[in-house]
Amino acid sequence: MKKTLLAFALTALAIGAAQADDTLAKLKASGSISLGVRDSSALSYTLGNDKYVGFHTEMAERIIGDLSKQVGKKLDIKYTLVTSQNRIPLVQNGTVDLECGSTTNNLARQKDVDFAYTTYVEVVRMAVRANAGIKSIKDLNGRTVATTTGTTSVQTLRKNERAQGIDFKEVYGKDHADSFLLLESGRADAFVMDGSILAANISKAKNPADFKIVGEELSVEPIACMVRKDDAAFLKAVDDSIARQIKDGSLAKLYDKWFMQPIPPAGRALNMPATEATKAAWANPNNKPMEDYAKK
Amino acid sequence: MSSWDWQVYCRDTVSGEQVAGCFAAAPDQTYLQWMLHAWGWTITVSLGGLAVALVVGSIIGVLRTLPNSPGWVRFGNAWVEFFRNIPLLVQIFIWYYVVPDLVPGADSVSPTLLVIAGLGLFTSARVAEQLRSGIQTLPKGQRYAGMALGFTTAQYYRYVLLPMAYRIILPPLTSESMNIFKNSAVAFAVSIPELTQFYLQAGEETGAQSEIFLGVLAVYILSAMLVNRVMSFIERRLRVPGMVAPTAGAGGH
Repeated sequence: MKKTLLAFALTALAIGAAQADDTLAKLKASGSISLGVRDSSALSYTLGNDKYVGFHTEMAERIIGDLSKQVGKKLDIKYTLVTSQNRIPLVQNGTVDLECGSTTNNLARQKDVDFAYTTYVEVVRMAVRANAGIKSIKDLNGRTVATTTGTTSVQTLRKNERAQGIDFKEVYGKDHADSFLLLESGRADAFVMDGSILAANISKAKNPADFKIVGEELSVEPIACMVRKDDAAFLKAVDDSIARQIKDGSLAKLYDKWFMQPIPPAGRALNMPATEATKAAWANPNNKPMEDYAKK
Repeated sequence: MSSWDWQVYCRDTVSGEQVAGCFAAAPDQTYLQWMLHAWGWTITVSLGGLAVALVVGSIIGVLRTLPNSPGWVRFGNAWVEFFRNIPLLVQIFIWYYVVPDLVPGADSVSPTLLVIAGLGLFTSARVAEQLRSGIQTLPKGQRYAGMALGFTTAQYYRYVLLPMAYRIILPPLTSESMNIFKNSAVAFAVSIPELTQFYLQAGEETGAQSEIFLGVLAVYILSAMLVNRVMSFIERRLRVPGMVAPTAGAGGH
């Protein structure tokens, strides 16, 4: 019994050690990569039937194309749906090799995962019903605000509530579509989330004209792809691919395709030109966390 | 895995600093205070649901065993089949999103009450089945003896059948009570800020997923064990000597 336990423990340690640091070798051996995708963000969403699209999803497909060239064989992409709550544990334990969705790069998360170069800078704003008369966060006093569990917007709301001395009730949706449904059904007066997610959900609503995005920027957040911690070779490969896409202009064209042109499923355009902050992030590729942006 | 960070519970939820004594003065809040607040929500939803389940379940259970009312029996059957065949999460969504649309005036009802109704009615079907089994366990002579004494149906249920049936079903009722505490976790899907929602949000915010998870797990286990102990105390106090077979030692609770 003791010998079996010892053998088992050693094997487990060996497996654990083997998994830790070499994603590139694992990709080469297995020929497939697990890509984390989201279902209702502007950067990564689903059309149903296991089809995942979006600015970050397509960018990730191109990154994987570059990775395929690097490991010398075509990598088969397994799209793995993740949620705001499980994306970090899944990257940590190796179920997902690369996650390109709408994950904010901040110091707390940098303890658990590594972030690639920032490819999108998000601002957190509010979506409200156009006829509600809410223009800024101060108008939220006494109202109900929806946000999604597991996102940084929850903390942002808490800080703003405390700092500005306003009092509102919070309801938490389990994902972005659920939180927007809370706004649509009238259970919440405002939905606070990243501007691109607000725009994407409004464009998919039955009557987009009923909603508008208002209010000041509650938070500025850099969005980047996530990979497992301490795997320097893999991170470099992903960063090199992103730098290549920025340099040859394909990233800017991709941004235009997903934010300025009509997109599936509704065929409406989001009409969100790249902000100065996003263009600055492309001009100087870096993976600085959100806290660095807040200091400015 | 890196070392455990149990200090996370004493951190302020806005500033992230450690608070001496782990309890911050209002309006600040540590993660420990948040967890206790969430526990309060879990208890509220669970006890509310349990009350609804026991009352409604008893009524339906009795209806299903009535001897001379096929209409009521069929109603009871329909009730049980309906609430047993639909998954709990789907029922909660129906109460939270569909009922306010269909029933006029229901959109002003607080979401907590809707969740208590959803959880309670789901469990009422199970309680009804347990009560029906308890009543049908009794020998049919009990019912006839009651009738022979001149009791009406309501009277012989109240004085003869139900006292014994409830004592018989106390063990499965204990399970149901513990189940309701565990099932209350689905309330997070409809924005109730209870323990599971606390785990998902605080785990993501602090990065200390395992520490938060173990804390929440400990609280759930503690709640279920408390319910268990209360029910076993009730069972022992209500036991009629000689009615159940003696078991060695403490026996099952």
